[in-house]
Amino acid sequence: MTKTIDKEAVPLLQVRGLTKYFGSFAANNGIDLTIAHGEIHALLGENGAGKSTLVKMLFGVLQPSAGEIVWTGKPQTVTSPGHARSLGIGMVFQHFSLFEALTVAENIALSLDPKIPLATIAEEAAALSRAYGLPLDPSSHVADLSVGERQRIEIVRALLQNPKLIILDEPTSVLTPQEADKLFETLFKLKAEGRSVLYISHRLEEVQRICDRATVLRHGKVTGACDPRRETPASLARMMVGSEVAAVHRADANVLGATLVDVRRLNVPARTPFAVTLKDVSLRVRAGEVLAIAGVAGNGQGELFDALSGEYPVADAETIRMRDKPVGRLGINGRRMLGAGFVPEERHGHAAVSDMSLSDNLLLSRSQSDRTAFLAGGFASVIRHDTIRSAAKRICDMMDVRKSGDDPAAASLSGGNLQKFIIGRELDRQPSILIVNQPTWGVDAGAASRIRQALIDLARSGSAVVVISQDLDEIFEVATNIAVISEGRLSQPFPAGELTLEKIGLLMGGIHDSTHGGETAHAH
Amino acid sequence: MLEAILLTIITAATPLVIAAVGELVTERAGVLNLGVEGMMIMGAVCAFAGSYLTGSPLLGVLCGIIGGALFSLLFGFLTLTLVTNQVATGLALTILGLGLSGQIGESFVGIPGVKLQPIVFPVLSDIPFVGPLLFKQDITFYLSIALIIGVNWFLFKSRTGLKMRAIGDNHGSAHALGINVIRTRYLAVMFGGACAGLAGAQLSLVYTPQWVENMSAGRGWIALALVVFASWRPWRVFAGGYIFGAVGILQLHAQAFGIGVPSQFLSMLPYAVTIVVLIIISHNRRTTLINTPASLGKPFVPDR
Repeated sequence: MTKTIDKEAVPLLQVRGLTKYFGSFAANNGIDLTIAHGEIHALLGENGAGKSTLVKMLFGVLQPSAGEIVWTGKPQTVTSPGHARSLGIGMVFQHFSLFEALTVAENIALSLDPKIPLATIAEEAAALSRAYGLPLDPSSHVADLSVGERQRIEIVRALLQNPKLIILDEPTSVLTPQEADKLFETLFKLKAEGRSVLYISHRLEEVQRICDRATVLRHGKVTGACDPRRETPASLARMMVGSEVAAVHRADANVLGATLVDVRRLNVPARTPFAVTLKDVSLRVRAGEVLAIAGVAGNGQGELFDALSGEYPVADAETIRMRDKPVGRLGINGRRMLGAGFVPEERHGHAAVSDMSLSDNLLLSRSQSDRTAFLAGGFASVIRHDTIRSAAKRICDMMDVRKSGDDPAAASLSGGNLQKFIIGRELDRQPSILIVNQPTWGVDAGAASRIRQALIDLARSGSAVVVISQDLDEIFEVATNIAVISEGRLSQPFPAGELTLEKIGLLMGGIHDSTHGGETAHAH
Repeated sequence: MLEAILLTIITAATPLVIAAVGELVTERAGVLNLGVEGMMIMGAVCAFAGSYLTGSPLLGVLCGIIGGALFSLLFGFLTLTLVTNQVATGLALTILGLGLSGQIGESFVGIPGVKLQPIVFPVLSDIPFVGPLLFKQDITFYLSIALIIGVNWFLFKSRTGLKMRAIGDNHGSAHALGINVIRTRYLAVMFGGACAGLAGAQLSLVYTPQWVENMSAGRGWIALALVVFASWRPWRVFAGGYIFGAVGILQLHAQAFGIGVPSQFLSMLPYAVTIVVLIIISHNRRTTLINTPASLGKPFVPDR
């Protein structure tokens, strides 16, 4: 790696004592950060550590409560994103700030000088995307593009303004390993041109691979600044989490029992123009097995979950069987009655009603399957509040859900704690089948390991578990068998021990012919 | 005969087209203003009052536009600054407009109004058939055509229009890009109000040059429906307005002619035909989805 850090004496960006209060809560507390010219600088931290707040202040979206931002030696008040761009700061957001209804060129035009004609912008964007190896068609609508392509738009948009510093917020969370490799090549190209990159991530392996220096945040404070290549993943994780993360104990080869979930040649047409068509999906999960389904977002995971959970029943009852009964045309409650449990991807508004209390949320999902326990008086269906509240308490104790008050609204819990409650709500029934979509999305490491352990334990006790996830680390942690979903097709399952990251990546990219794998492995 | 019928169709379609294209701009910016009927009737009474008091129907038109815009400003203040619910506020605006206009117009009832005179293009207006239809019309007709062309150009060719569509699609991202969401929405709401006011002025100065309480007679609601069925495209709004106007006039003639179809069925026709035609136009769900403002009706509060 070339040494370019000391190219100029004045650092590109210096942040001193930056503080941001939301009410009385300090999201950022006295942050110090220095970024030199031509370096890739990592900003590490858990979800909720304050990374997003910090970069929003750097990019002028939020105004700091205290502290200063010094840009190329001069103190600056970054008043707006437009101001940040004019200083030479570009940003690629994690949740893309793109407009789905507009074309690629129109999206880019919105952040540029209005005097430049659209046709010129389209040409420049196409030229730039070729130069940096980020192929794009300026006239296509964003709604039709994959997540990886959308990210390219953001990067090209940032580059068109010739920035000195590019901030990337969790860029690889939506990419296949191969797409990520391409992104890293682009980043190295930028670095070679003397630009700096602020790389926000919680993926340690990546940070060690591409970053020159790292600043670690926890609870809004800097807990470490280091050269990530001299650290071990464990020491970096300790700085991020504060204490050692409990390692998940894998089941040693469970004895697999009877087939509990059997899906044969499931075809589901797309419900909306932006949805994915499921093609010939077959899967089989036996008692004691965790089947993990890997894939990049938007390849049919949501559609598959909808079909498995019965949120949208399918035309032919026989294509989905659970515990030897055809369930294809049953709704969620019908499948729950057979002993299945489901956890959808979105916590708020899907798995839970945000403004309702935990006990109400418990009743909503289990009012049919636990009718005799939760409702009294036959037809009158009188709610047994005491029973439900004690059940909610039992779930909170079991999953270590941290909350304020006895029975708070779902919205008042942090993402991780609410997710623990939602998973616990299903586990509490001892389901013989559990189907989970993105179990630990946006959840802190502590809660994530708790949830993964619970999934493994459930399988060990003889249930069939399906985990749909985009997090490969998670998949390798929990899975007995792994299948990959790509463009609505599901690969055959592979035993977790036999799959490499390389091979999964190829499957995620849509190459189903498994003979290509392993041989092309390159050194990391 | 045909020429006379076509003239009445144009007069019937013009207020719908004007009000709908104004609401189209409002909704493209992501604001759902259900108060079109109320703004329209306020425009009608202000226009009548203006022309009656000054003696000039042209100044009356101006009063109608200003009246509609000011009335929509109330809606803007409530929904954009105070972030009230857009649906409820829009409905309230309609009820308020109908009541308030009746109050203002009480003394005008029964007074003969001044009709807005046509602007005659020399030479062109002498072309047989086409001339009187297209070049011997009052100013509201010319404005309705200019508005359709202008709005279409503004939304899809100008950079400001692009920003407005961006706000309508995703106001959070637009804000993050540094676009002033609230200010743009105020302007869009007031443009919609001004158009509704102009449409109202056409009613009380051209369509039936007098003041009658509730004289908008549900046209504001038709305009609202046109916007949705036209999938937020100006030329489709234009087509929808004329289909509705044409079928409405033709069924009146059919009723007068006494063909053996129940009159209720004929009265229903304009609604049914317009809906069917526009549904056929917008059958392509992908285009409809691309054109539907995704943040329509959603409140926006910038985080500080």
